[in-house]
Amino acid sequence: MLGFIIRRLIAMLLTLVAVSIVAFAIIQLPPGDYLTSYIAQLSSTGDQVDPRVIENLRVQYGLGEPFYIQYWKWITGIVQGNFGQSFEWKRPVWELIWGRLGNSIMVEGLAVIVMWVIAVPIGIYVAVRKYSLGDYLATVAGFIGLAVPNFFFALILMYLAYIWFGTTMGGLFSPQFETARWSLPRIWDFLAHAWAPVLVLATAGTAELIRILRANLLDELQKPYVTTARAKGLPEWKVILKYPVRLALNPLISTIGWLLPALVSGSVIVSVVMNLPTAGPMLLRSLTTQDMYLAGAIILLLSVLTVIGTVISDILLALIDPRIRYGSK
Amino acid sequence: MPLIPMDAKPILTIKDMSIVFSSPDEADIEAVRQVDLTLSPGKTLALVGESGCGKSVTARSVLRLLDRNARIQRGSMLFAPGDEPPTDIAKLKADSLPLRAIRGREISMIFQEPMTSLSPVHTIGDQIDEMLILHERLKPKQARERTVALFDQVGIPGARERADSYPFQLSGGLRQRAMIAMALACAPKVLIADEPTTALDVTTQAQILDLLRQLQADFGMAMLFITHDLGVVAEIADEVAVMYLGDVVEQGSVFDVFAAPSHPYTQALMSSIPKMARKADRVRLSPIKGTVPAPRDRPEGCAFTSRCPHAFEPCATVRPERTALGNGHHARCHLLTRQPAEVVA
Amino acid sequence: MATETMHLDVTHPVAIKRPARESQFGLMWRRFKRHKLAVVSLWIAALFYAVALFAEFLAPVDPSAYSARYTYAPPQGLHFVAVNEDGGWEFGPYVYGYKTEIDPVALRRTFVIDEEVRLPVRFFAESKPYNLFGFIPLTTKFIGVENPRDPFYILGADRLGRDMLSRLIHGTRISLSIGLAGVTLSLFFGIVIGGFAGYYGGWFDSATMRVVEFIRSMPTIPLWLGLAAAMPKDWSALQTYFAITLILSLIGWTELARVVRGRFLSLRTEDFVTAAQLDGASDWRIITRHMVPSFMSHIIAAATLAIPGMILAETALSFLGLGLQAPIVSWGTLLQDAQNIRTLASAPWLLAPGVCVVVIILAMNFFGDGLRDAADPHGR
Repeated sequence: MLGFIIRRLIAMLLTLVAVSIVAFAIIQLPPGDYLTSYIAQLSSTGDQVDPRVIENLRVQYGLGEPFYIQYWKWITGIVQGNFGQSFEWKRPVWELIWGRLGNSIMVEGLAVIVMWVIAVPIGIYVAVRKYSLGDYLATVAGFIGLAVPNFFFALILMYLAYIWFGTTMGGLFSPQFETARWSLPRIWDFLAHAWAPVLVLATAGTAELIRILRANLLDELQKPYVTTARAKGLPEWKVILKYPVRLALNPLISTIGWLLPALVSGSVIVSVVMNLPTAGPMLLRSLTTQDMYLAGAIILLLSVLTVIGTVISDILLALIDPRIRYGSK
Repeated sequence: MPLIPMDAKPILTIKDMSIVFSSPDEADIEAVRQVDLTLSPGKTLALVGESGCGKSVTARSVLRLLDRNARIQRGSMLFAPGDEPPTDIAKLKADSLPLRAIRGREISMIFQEPMTSLSPVHTIGDQIDEMLILHERLKPKQARERTVALFDQVGIPGARERADSYPFQLSGGLRQRAMIAMALACAPKVLIADEPTTALDVTTQAQILDLLRQLQADFGMAMLFITHDLGVVAEIADEVAVMYLGDVVEQGSVFDVFAAPSHPYTQALMSSIPKMARKADRVRLSPIKGTVPAPRDRPEGCAFTSRCPHAFEPCATVRPERTALGNGHHARCHLLTRQPAEVVA
Repeated sequence: MATETMHLDVTHPVAIKRPARESQFGLMWRRFKRHKLAVVSLWIAALFYAVALFAEFLAPVDPSAYSARYTYAPPQGLHFVAVNEDGGWEFGPYVYGYKTEIDPVALRRTFVIDEEVRLPVRFFAESKPYNLFGFIPLTTKFIGVENPRDPFYILGADRLGRDMLSRLIHGTRISLSIGLAGVTLSLFFGIVIGGFAGYYGGWFDSATMRVVEFIRSMPTIPLWLGLAAAMPKDWSALQTYFAITLILSLIGWTELARVVRGRFLSLRTEDFVTAAQLDGASDWRIITRHMVPSFMSHIIAAATLAIPGMILAETALSFLGLGLQAPIVSWGTLLQDAQNIRTLASAPWLLAPGVCVVVIILAMNFFGDGLRDAADPHGR
């Protein structure tokens, strides 16, 4: 088990290195370098450009040097907690993003929880009551849930809220709680705002989870060990919950591996539509203004979060499935 | 083999049972029809037949483990463990309390594939403890002690550690032993063994059969043994019932049936087993001609008509009656009622 | 060893390898037709693609023709039966006219449907000359008002008084074609890379699979956004179009490569491939003559199922303003107008492109599922 975790962590480190290279490549993609645009921006606002400052920055970022040296300077900075400067905001990138990243994690984490809480009972029900009315309803709802794009769902929800209640949905906090410390009222305020984006984000994933769980469970229900459990004299609900459901949940946990990237992707666009103070809108803004160190940092951190989430789900899977833990099959 | 008097009170009596499978887009299929079987304590009844003949369906119906598309259309299964009035298992509801009280405690079952019949993500100890906790209301610790003792009894070495193993960590033979330990955990009165040795290699098969025989002597339970292997029947059974396409075509004590098979199908089965003989005396094995027809193509009358070398005019249309041949030996064949003397042995 | 079946299903369908002469696709089609939903979906998808193909003919007006007189005019609908004042019925297509009202609160001019005015509509109406597919000169549109000066907004107008329906139809062309182009490109990458990996195995296979896993573990939208943002702003519409297609397929090829590799891997050990190798057939011949035909249907199904993702990605990118840019009309760029909730509240018809997205994605998913089942009746 320890070996498995270590192997998985090493693989994660390699993935993280690859992620950082991709993120840095994206920083480098736009024509011209950061400094040129910085100088251009400074001069356009009429500021004096101190040649010494320029020279310092040039050395700090390794501009004009080969790609790998620039990358090395960037990544060592990041490891030490220095994500570079946002030239639009003229502030360190880290200061700008950590709060928003926290919001991203909260919204996405809630979405994952909501998905599971909704999908597992429904998935079990539709598999056990195959071809019942509930099964058909869930299937239809599932197909629609998968086909409606996140942002479109968000738009419709906002439209309906505006038409019916005259409220503009959006944001994660009321103004008075925006910068307040965490407290019960603030948590309440957050939940009152967050339910809509969380619901939007969770729809597609819930539909997918139900579909997978139903298929897995239908497979498992046919397995001989279910008959064995019945032959023991266990009540039917216990037979189903202890054996086939337990086995059908295992592959479901591994779906986090691709559910999470989709969720992070979706949250970017939903945040833009619903005007959430998460990393998404800031990424979009930084990309349109070519504030590349900020954009690179956000892409890097969102990907890192995804990778870490996936590794956690892998380890979780190994913990609950002895077949993986003991390396059989 | 210890002889228990023939008049020992039967513990399970299956009378005139028919099982029907229905599907939404096809006509119903009668998978088992008019089966009569009797199980007595300490005795083994072997149910023999080819794949799909309904022997497994019959066995599973005793614990009401059939799928939802199957139903017991007719007949009764009287379970009489003691002096109380017998319970008709066929009348119980599939998930009802009285049935669950019988499952695992009074009647238990061993399956063909120990690998797939045990949950791969629970330790085998856990899967056995569960039964003791459920039926005997033991505490988990006590249950585990009993499980370990059971493991010793079925010959699993290092019982205590083995209880914490997962099924995939054991060999096929050990898994089947664990399965047997599970079935015997509550000292049931009836053990149903559904081809318990089919998935095992030959030496392990022999060991498992020995174990079952010995355990039967210890526990004194009645055993319903499903197999397609006549060699196994000869080794373990007291009585045998031969099934073909849902019908019990012949039944009786092993000695009678093996010595004087009276149904053409039984005769054909017998002659398809290789016999030990000097090379010069060896005869070619004669396989049964043709194949088993699909249940929906089964003739009105005797199911074996299409493959029977002796078929004559009533066979295809009239269902042969159960004919007594003495000493509890029965067969369903028109030849018996027409000219019993001419039946070829 | 098979457990005895409890259903007594004696007539197990046996996988019969038909002789190659009997078309594999004929067989597949027969199985496909059994999925009613998939067949209906096929028709819906075909309808959408037909609309995309004949966009110029079907769109009543030029998608960029604007009219400041009719900003945010609501949908007129299309009516066929009219009841006259004397109670008599009149048949024939028509739309209602507009009258203007001043919104007392917002002090804004708004359009209201005027049911008193009926503007007759004609199918195959005369129009200004235009070129179908860019080279067939025509002067007939599928539908139009009899008097070209009358307003004609079946699905309403946008902020500049442009016809929503015409824009939607032209947007269909762009959005669907970018889906097809993206999938074609992904398919090319997927087959070449996945094929190599699956057929030759070894280090190339494991390296490819690591890359695929890596790309699949990344959140796609941030990556797409990053790549799209790097496009020079002065690129032409056509350049952007191809750049976006390329960006979409840079990530989209992984799923197809996985499918192709999987099929190659399992086929490589099949007897008929070994037989061909023993006969001394070249790798190329084995791949093209023996292996590809045997999994073509799977590839087609996988490609079909990849199209919705492409359409969705384009729509999302353009919606965020980093995909296709304004003069190009796609479902995504159209939905950009719907971003403002107040605008949306007064002009909900701006959501129409979203409805199209949902319908085509549903249709392609059902169609693809049907194809997949038809390609492989036993597996999943």
